[in-house]
Amino acid sequence: MRITCPYCGERDRREFYYRGAATDLDRPAPDAGEEAWENFVFLRENPAGVTRDLWYHEGGCGAWVVVTRNTVTHEVLETRLASEARS
Amino acid sequence: MDKLIAKNPCEGLLPLTIGSVTLTEEEPGVMTALAPYKGKEKDLSAALKAAHGMAYPAPNRATGKAGSRAVWFGHGQAMLMGPAPDASLAEHATVVDQSDAWAVVWIEGEGVEDVLARLVPVDLRPAHFKRGHTVRSLLFHMTASITRVGDRAFQIMVFRSMAETLVHDLKTAMEGVAARG
Repeated sequence: MRITCPYCGERDRREFYYRGAATDLDRPAPDAGEEAWENFVFLRENPAGVTRDLWYHEGGCGAWVVVTRNTVTHEVLETRLASEARS
Repeated sequence: MDKLIAKNPCEGLLPLTIGSVTLTEEEPGVMTALAPYKGKEKDLSAALKAAHGMAYPAPNRATGKAGSRAVWFGHGQAMLMGPAPDASLAEHATVVDQSDAWAVVWIEGEGVEDVLARLVPVDLRPAHFKRGHTVRSLLFHMTASITRVGDRAFQIMVFRSMAETLVHDLKTAMEGVAARG
């Protein structure tokens, strides 16, 4: 698997650390209520298809990258810097 | 206190020549991490140019020359190598002294790309990776900064604590390439 880092270009997967679903970028407000927080902390989608996750370019430039990919075809559809990619 | 003895990171390990490739330790002088404040990259670049004669490097690039170099060092930072940082830089960036924290080596000679190809998952051949290009990538299992500094020469930096591992890994790769003749 190859991931294109917005800074470094296409790199081997071994340079990246997988964090998880990109929902981390959509942190609810402190007073958003129990349901929103339960969703944010515990509940994750498990799609057969397009998913967005956070990867860290650990063995490279140190940027957090939002990767949009397809779990069925293994295609990587888009990569963006997490610092620029609020959904 | 007794007089302390200065020791280089690769003391007793280098220099080393195997086949056509030579590995030597580089004494980089003062090393300073520069992390520009939000939106201040252009101002920092101007200050860097005025004080030390090189621009702030774009991603994957190094500016300056031997003895006075700025190397892109990842997301939002560059490493100034050589001169002590001018006070004006601190207006536009976080300035952190990292002297002695990095092991810096030069590897050069015919076939040096073949040696690095055994360790680094990035194409470093001259057609793709020219003088003044730099990458943050892996060298075997370590994160490293690799910069082309000549036609057949690279500068490699890893954490100082990894100096012995760096020399070991490069030596093994150099022996492998040399053995193929």
